[in-house]
Amino acid sequence: MIRRSARVLLMGWLFQFKQMSRSSFDSLLAVLWPLFFATVAFFMFRAGGKPDALVYASLGSAVMGIWTATSVAAGSALQRERWYGTLELLVAAPTHFSLVLLPVGLATATVGTYCMASTLLWGRLVFGIRLTIEHPVLFGLAIPATLLSIGALGFLMAVSFARYRNSWSLGATMEYPVWLICGFLVPLALLPAEVRPISWALAPTWGMRAIRHAAQGGGSPLLDIGMCVALGAAYVALGVVLTEAVLRAARARASLSLT
Amino acid sequence: MTSLRIFFIGGLTAYRALINWLSLWIFIPTLVITPIFQILLFVYIGRSAGVQSDTFFVIGNAVQYAAVPCLFSMTNAITGERYQQTLAYILVSPAGRLPLFLGRALPVILNAMFVAAFSLIVSGLIVGIHVPVSAWPGIALVIVVSTFACTGLGLICAAIGLRVRETAVLNNVIFGLLLVFTGANVAVSELPGWMQAISERIPLTHGIRAAREIAAGASLSHVSGLILTELAIGAVYMAVGYYGLRLMELSSRRSASIQIA
Repeated sequence: MIRRSARVLLMGWLFQFKQMSRSSFDSLLAVLWPLFFATVAFFMFRAGGKPDALVYASLGSAVMGIWTATSVAAGSALQRERWYGTLELLVAAPTHFSLVLLPVGLATATVGTYCMASTLLWGRLVFGIRLTIEHPVLFGLAIPATLLSIGALGFLMAVSFARYRNSWSLGATMEYPVWLICGFLVPLALLPAEVRPISWALAPTWGMRAIRHAAQGGGSPLLDIGMCVALGAAYVALGVVLTEAVLRAARARASLSLT
Repeated sequence: MTSLRIFFIGGLTAYRALINWLSLWIFIPTLVITPIFQILLFVYIGRSAGVQSDTFFVIGNAVQYAAVPCLFSMTNAITGERYQQTLAYILVSPAGRLPLFLGRALPVILNAMFVAAFSLIVSGLIVGIHVPVSAWPGIALVIVVSTFACTGLGLICAAIGLRVRETAVLNNVIFGLLLVFTGANVAVSELPGWMQAISERIPLTHGIRAAREIAAGASLSHVSGLILTELAIGAVYMAVGYYGLRLMELSSRRSASIQIA
């Protein structure tokens, strides 16, 4: 059972990742889009005259790219299957639907690694931002942990937007708030106090902290990684429960296709 | 009279038919909530970096975000005909091309004006900036001129869209370039020389600068040069867009590719 589920997850991830990488236009946009924001952020932090802040901005912009790649694509995952005419077939299959949907979130986050690499490279080549890693092993752990947790958040979004016909617009709308609230480019201390509990409940916040602490030293990267993974696991569990509820309601009302 | 009907009624009908995807369920998330969060994002980055004032980012991003309706809606108001299989019928009709194409720009400009004004007012209230009441008519004028200029750029995208299929990607890339080059978040004087040279020749740069000066207390006559420059840039882009459309139309006729680009 576990082996079969793992196989479905792995093959689903591979299939979705290959499918998403097919369009050269979409791939180009996935790489370029965060670069525009990174460029503006680099200019702003450079104008602020704080050399350390450029490394801060470089790491933040890199993780922004992962979320960008995930938010729209994962948000509209069900809508896409609806357009393809495959949603009913996937729901009717004996494999649990969450095992079909989870790889979509993971694959979109994987596409985000292109953005992450290109943003770090852009910062190095164009703005001369030299990144030194204080704890390479922890840095190596923090990146996949962040990717997985963002993928899990994407999965939760995909399920949550199931009943929404234009889910891509909700996915796109989630882009800036997460960039802001998770502290990618703004320290959480600057945000209003009432926003901070939301930040702590979001796994990308911890992923970002883990990457920063592992790269620049200070803090406790292992704790950050642990929180990031734990929250990611909670999103998956919540997503599975939600999938059940959404499918039950859709079957009862015959509204899966939303036609 | 016929040209006026094509311009006003035809433009509105085409907009309603082709931008039918812009329901409230899409309009509110993408054109009401998102610009406010873009503004908040850059306000907080500005505070974190210790550069510029909140007013600088609120005005810059509110005017710059008007580019979304200007680019996406303008492009879709023309290339959308292809997806509805009506492009060939439009292009064989005897209707004058000037009212036909430009009539579709008018609702786009009105939509973009609303987006810029709404996001400016709401995010201004959230962040707590102070803009004197006497400045608002001037800022409104700048928004009108800026959205006109940016719709000219949208018309060029529409012309390209007659030959290129991936217009959404093209529009996103142009929106990103405007974010970097117009000085919405980084003062143009902070940009390298070659970037400043581009900034001076694109829509929104002068409009954003004029709106900021008016908010800071400058009179309309003081910024009239900036407003006129923005207007001139808009007129040039509109003309290039219009002739681009004509050129692409002729080229598509020659290669029989109107429906298959």
